[in-house]
Amino acid sequence: MDKNAPALLEVDQLRTHFDTLNGTVRSVDGVSFTLQAGETLGVVGESGCGKSVTALSVLRLVPTPPARHGGEVRYRGSNLLALSEKAMRQIRGNRISMIFQEPMTSLNPVMTVGRQIAESVQLHQKVGRKAAMAHAVEMLRLVQIPEPERRAGEYPHQLSGGMRQRVMIALALACKPEVLIADEPTTALDVTIQAQIIDLLKRLQREMGMGVIMITHDLGVVAESCDRVVVMYAGRKVEEATVGALFERPLHPYTRALMASMPALNTRSRRLAEIPGLVPAPHELGQGCAFAQRCEHAMPRCRAETPVLDNHAQQGVHLVACFAVDRASHTPSLAAQPEAAP
Amino acid sequence: MPRWLRKHPTLVVGGVLLLVMVLISLAAPWLATHDPQDIDPLARMKPPSAEHFFGTDAMGRDVFSRAVWGGRVSLIVGLSVALLATVGGVVLGLVAGFVRWADNIIMRLMDGLMAIPGILLAIALMAVTRASLTTVIVAITIPEIPRVVRLVRSMALSLREQLFVEAAHAVGTRLPAVLSRHVLPNMLAPLIVQATFVAASAVLIEASLSFLGVGVPAQTPSWGNMMAEGRNFVAVGFHIILYPGILLAITVLSINLLGDGLRDALDPRLARQL
Amino acid sequence: MTPQTPVAAPPTPLLQVRDLTKHYRAPRRWLSKPRPPVQAVDGVSFDLAQGETLSLVGESGCGKTTTAKSIMRLIEPSSGSVVLDGQELVGLSPEAMRLHRRDLQIIFQDPYASLNPRLTAGAIVAEPLRNFQSLSEAERQERVQWLFAKVGLRPEAAKKYPHEFSGGQRQRLGIARALALQPKLIVCDEPVSALDVSVQAQVVNLLMDLQEEFGMAYLFVAHDLAVVRHISHRVAVMYLGRIVEIADRDTLFDAPLHPYSEILLSAVPTPDPKVTPKRILLQGDPPSPANPPSGCRFHTRCPLAQPLCKTQAPALTPRATTKGSEHLVACHFK
Repeated sequence: MDKNAPALLEVDQLRTHFDTLNGTVRSVDGVSFTLQAGETLGVVGESGCGKSVTALSVLRLVPTPPARHGGEVRYRGSNLLALSEKAMRQIRGNRISMIFQEPMTSLNPVMTVGRQIAESVQLHQKVGRKAAMAHAVEMLRLVQIPEPERRAGEYPHQLSGGMRQRVMIALALACKPEVLIADEPTTALDVTIQAQIIDLLKRLQREMGMGVIMITHDLGVVAESCDRVVVMYAGRKVEEATVGALFERPLHPYTRALMASMPALNTRSRRLAEIPGLVPAPHELGQGCAFAQRCEHAMPRCRAETPVLDNHAQQGVHLVACFAVDRASHTPSLAAQPEAAP
Repeated sequence: MPRWLRKHPTLVVGGVLLLVMVLISLAAPWLATHDPQDIDPLARMKPPSAEHFFGTDAMGRDVFSRAVWGGRVSLIVGLSVALLATVGGVVLGLVAGFVRWADNIIMRLMDGLMAIPGILLAIALMAVTRASLTTVIVAITIPEIPRVVRLVRSMALSLREQLFVEAAHAVGTRLPAVLSRHVLPNMLAPLIVQATFVAASAVLIEASLSFLGVGVPAQTPSWGNMMAEGRNFVAVGFHIILYPGILLAITVLSINLLGDGLRDALDPRLARQL
Repeated sequence: MTPQTPVAAPPTPLLQVRDLTKHYRAPRRWLSKPRPPVQAVDGVSFDLAQGETLSLVGESGCGKTTTAKSIMRLIEPSSGSVVLDGQELVGLSPEAMRLHRRDLQIIFQDPYASLNPRLTAGAIVAEPLRNFQSLSEAERQERVQWLFAKVGLRPEAAKKYPHEFSGGQRQRLGIARALALQPKLIVCDEPVSALDVSVQAQVVNLLMDLQEEFGMAYLFVAHDLAVVRHISHRVAVMYLGRIVEIADRDTLFDAPLHPYSEILLSAVPTPDPKVTPKRILLQGDPPSPANPPSGCRFHTRCPLAQPLCKTQAPALTPRATTKGSEHLVACHFK
């Protein structure tokens, strides 16, 4: 991964707002990050933080009458948010692909899996049916589905969850995209299948050199597969760092609280740390830090002003949006050191 | 209270309209200007006037008074059929949904009933009995029951699998309480809507039966038989058909609006969003 | 099989499950061959002591939820024995079983679907009380308030409907309902899987606090091994309808013996980027419970498989252990 290479994808102050009867829902509220070729960027947060909407916004999959976008999403110089629908269609599935959480509902139940992959290939690569089908079989082989020729003629319901997810990966990668967005790709899978899929994704990334955005709520998955991490809360980015730095020295109170509440990281403590209160309702976000009402370090300033991202790393980049960083980071973290593997 | 009403316009409009129709019918003895059965050969086919608000029919009877009294028949029939069909349908539907072996028997019976067009069945039933309000009600109820049974049975089957029904079983609730506390209340909304459709349909069928001469006895005024008689005189006395027709339409419309409004209002989730 | 009782014999276990089996017969179509039954649970046996938390872990299709619900007779077991506090539950009449539900409650996975959307929260929690205790309305209300306080819900919440609560709060309602009769055993069917991480912590803490205060036992069905590790005293690993290993928590997580347990534990992503996962990758997909492999059901994917494994199913037998409680493994070679 070449640090000096130009960014593959630049998300710049992306905003996705919905106007509803209850007020404006700011699902994504000024999020920025970049993605390089060959790297995996993790986007972490709990439900409702806006991570999925961010991904859908990049691909312009959010219908724009109810939604309004702001900011820019630059891919190869052009702003994806300003492209025509026709131009976007050239990009989706071709240059930027996405895989979803629920493989059953993301695959067409009445088309064989081979046809679905071939369809994408035919559309973007302008090849004939036979060539597209052959390529589809090759893709199935690439994602380690045994007997790919036979499987290509099967329907999604005939495959297991893990296999469907592989099919979805094959479908997403069929046209060799430069960017892959994976939206909770393993959440619905068993843990052993999850391990297989993560392993597969890492291998394919190495072979194909694409940039991957890995959206998840599972910090374990992040630790194993990501190079850099963005933490989101209530539609905003609150922390960004390399994965090592994030786990070693989480700075934002939300990140720290999240890690303290995970049983995987707190094997020796009797009680898990709780984050009091609830995520604020999406239409009630106003001035000030969205986490202030639940934060033990909150100061009056936090409720009045929205914190901006500052770099708190001695070297490299570790962005945190918090006024109380220094106080927060000196409180002993409740997260015990993870045990060494036996 | 007023805010709640403002949130459910359909319910209010339907309810008010229906209430007006009901009140008119209830107040028939006082509202009617003439005796509805009073024949006056001298005042036949008169257009609406100050004395006869809706004019008179072929036998000189006051159309307004007959219409006002006729409403009683329609509303009584509509309400009774809706009630009877729903109660009967719920009982049969619950049994079919919860008692495996009874399911087939009941549903095949219902299939048989549904195979015959409702109005034909009603006519056939009327043909074998003496015409009266009660027999009309029963004759219309029977063809309406299968629809309710189907609805209740399918809801029962799906509710049976719901996790909260399993939870009720797990906390030791006996079957009758499960049915009354968990199953029935969750069927309420579709049931009510169905009941209003049944009522509207019943009113129309009764009108049709009377129109065909196999409904309520000819002397009893009913919107249906008023329209039947007026049919022959459309060219010269349109008012004979018009007014009963309008009242019939308003009644059916109000029942449907009421049903829609009730369904929305009764669903706690929907109520919160509106 | 009979598990060996440990040296310092404790009082009779609260729950004794022996050879629990649930086979689903696929409906036969006329004129076609009878399809083989789905062997969801096949000969499961274990004990559960008073106040103990035993977790059943395994992947989808392993039968852990079916086992838990069969013990409660929410699903009727095909055969086997379930003895709760000395009383055999299998074969009891529905009414007799109903009376035992006072001691045997359940918390479901889906916090929303397990609550009747048309009842208020207070009515939902009061239902077990209505079923079994002849309390006056006032006494019942008082008890409901007390339960609400115990699970961390405000008393005013009793008048609200389920849809007005968040996921975590709904699960608290489920817990309050399960707690109402102060049962001896609560079956927890993946109670935190549907919740966010930070809310999971709240619910897990709550369950542990309640256990400390009231002393009930938990049969905890879960697939999230991190949560299991936090909350369990003992853990049973299931694969395709059978228990393959059962041991106390620390033994299982530090030194698992059964190959499947090792693979399962190694598959859990470690939230530490510095540790390279020593992952044993399981090949292929799990076989279907309708057509389980012969002999040891794991032999088709086991790195240690030998010809013996194909023909003979290993019994769940004890291994030497330094701790007090037993360590049972079903494997010919480990």
